Amino acid sequence: MAEAAGNLAVEAAEENRPGPGNVGDRVFNGTLWALGVMVLVVAGLIVLNLALVARPLAKEHSLWGFITSSEWNPVDDRYGALPFLYGTLVTSALSILMAVPVAIGLALFITQFAPAKLGRVLTIPVELLAAIPSVVYGLWGLFIVVPWLRESIQPWLGRHFGFLPLFQGPPIGLGFLAAGAILAVMILPTVVSVSVEVMKTTPEANREAALALGATKWEAVMLAVIPYSRAGILGAVLLGLGRALGETMAVTMVIGNSPRISASLFAAGYSLPAVIANEFAEAVSDVHIGALAGLGLILFATTFLLNAGARILVTAVQKGPSRISG
Amino acid sequence: MSLHSSFTYRKAVDRGMAGLCAVFFALAFVPLISVLWLVISKGAAGLSWGFFTQLPKPVGEEGGGIGNALIGTLFMVGIACVAGLPLGVGAGIYLAEKGDGTFGSTVRFVAEVLSGVPSIVVGIVAYALVVKPMGHFSALAGGVALAILMIPTVARTTEELVRLVPGSLREASLALGVPNWKTSLRVIIRTAMGGIVTACLLAVARAAGETAPLIFTALNNQYWNVDPRAPTASLTVAIYNYAISPYDDWHAKAWTASLVLLIVVGLLNIASRYLTRSRLKGAR
Repeated sequence: MAEAAGNLAVEAAEENRPGPGNVGDRVFNGTLWALGVMVLVVAGLIVLNLALVARPLAKEHSLWGFITSSEWNPVDDRYGALPFLYGTLVTSALSILMAVPVAIGLALFITQFAPAKLGRVLTIPVELLAAIPSVVYGLWGLFIVVPWLRESIQPWLGRHFGFLPLFQGPPIGLGFLAAGAILAVMILPTVVSVSVEVMKTTPEANREAALALGATKWEAVMLAVIPYSRAGILGAVLLGLGRALGETMAVTMVIGNSPRISASLFAAGYSLPAVIANEFAEAVSDVHIGALAGLGLILFATTFLLNAGARILVTAVQKGPSRISG
Repeated sequence: MSLHSSFTYRKAVDRGMAGLCAVFFALAFVPLISVLWLVISKGAAGLSWGFFTQLPKPVGEEGGGIGNALIGTLFMVGIACVAGLPLGVGAGIYLAEKGDGTFGSTVRFVAEVLSGVPSIVVGIVAYALVVKPMGHFSALAGGVALAILMIPTVARTTEELVRLVPGSLREASLALGVPNWKTSLRVIIRTAMGGIVTACLLAVARAAGETAPLIFTALNNQYWNVDPRAPTASLTVAIYNYAISPYDDWHAKAWTASLVLLIVVGLLNIASRYLTRSRLKGAR
């Protein structure tokens, strides 16, 4: 009896003994490792399933033919991605043009010019913008931004810049310009918050050195802050671009959903996510579903590469120059 | 910045640029206030008890609500939580506790990149995983889509917040002879619990606002539904359908439903902020 109790006590002590042989440690580490592996499994599932759904398309079209054809006709099973690629590129580029200068100025205001006492309070409006769901932006865009563009902005642009092909045609409101404007609002929080993060990593000594040599605040920004965080700001822009490319609901609601390629920003267009959202539920033929999944695959590959590049840039800046020089 | 520019000129540039940055800051408020004001002013009129409890009614009929869509969103977010949160939180703890090696960095990198994958793409994946084998649209498919979206974001936030636990706590526990796994579970994770709940709340808020991955997985439903195998309505898809319809009273419903959605998302965000703050105080 006493011996058995003693053995139990020894066993209990063994269980609790720290060190490499501990059974609990092995179980715990194994479980955590498996959970970490699950992230890679999810990534694998995404790629595998997209490829599986898109496979019927590969039998009908070559990749090059799919990307360069501009005919989209589900009735005859003819699919070309060009109008959607064009719409996605134009609206994303527009949103980057509109959002990036504002975002960088805003980030500089938060990190450099605003009184330090305000601190985190300043980021609240940006965080609120990020929290608004995309379908609410779409609703706002459809009933507020589109009429505003149609009645004020587009007629004005047409009158003064109508000689450019960009601003020709009837002002219908719905179209590339509306989608670009709403995307600009939606990607602003991403670009601002990542820019603020990287600007904050600028060593205070660099900035103070510039100020001590007689630089004004703005000159200190140009001499110390911008050069130090340049790569990270580029990363922030790429993350914003990735968000703009994949944004679905708001764009679907304001771009006009017409698969045409027009030089004018006033014209209605289409985008990759929008056509997937509109046609996937109703698609019946395997090739049609495959073509939509093919568009999804293009979208996935592009955003994956953009995000990967952006993360590498941002992490490099956050880790500091020692990391870059090795 | 050239040498021959006078001091007054440089000073003026400084003032001008600082002013411009302040103007940009103010500019961010324009869309924010516009969205919030319009959703509140246009949405508040339609709020009534029936809006929360009734089924939608056909065009032209008075009344009707979004009760089934509210239940549908709750149901699918619930499925997503059951499937996605344990995996996401677990992966986050892995990254915080054991993720310093090459494999950990790979997992972290993949999680970061996955969190930027468009939600519509995840919808296609859920379609392939659930809708295709089952042969029809279902609440389960919507829940799976939301779960896949949750995993990488929850993992990243969890890691960030678990890493806030001071190393001295771990050292104190190990010095007392407590094994590593018990230190992780009973000291580190228990201390970080508030942070982990925050990560989950933020993920729930994000999932509740997702539309794109639901339109061709959960589709829609005009009636009450709590069967995971049947198509189901959701708040966001209801807003979308009302918004793109040609009827004025449906547009009004879209604004009211948006107000409800903003309130839900807002409350979840406020709760998470409150939890983070009290947690950080505890750590000090």
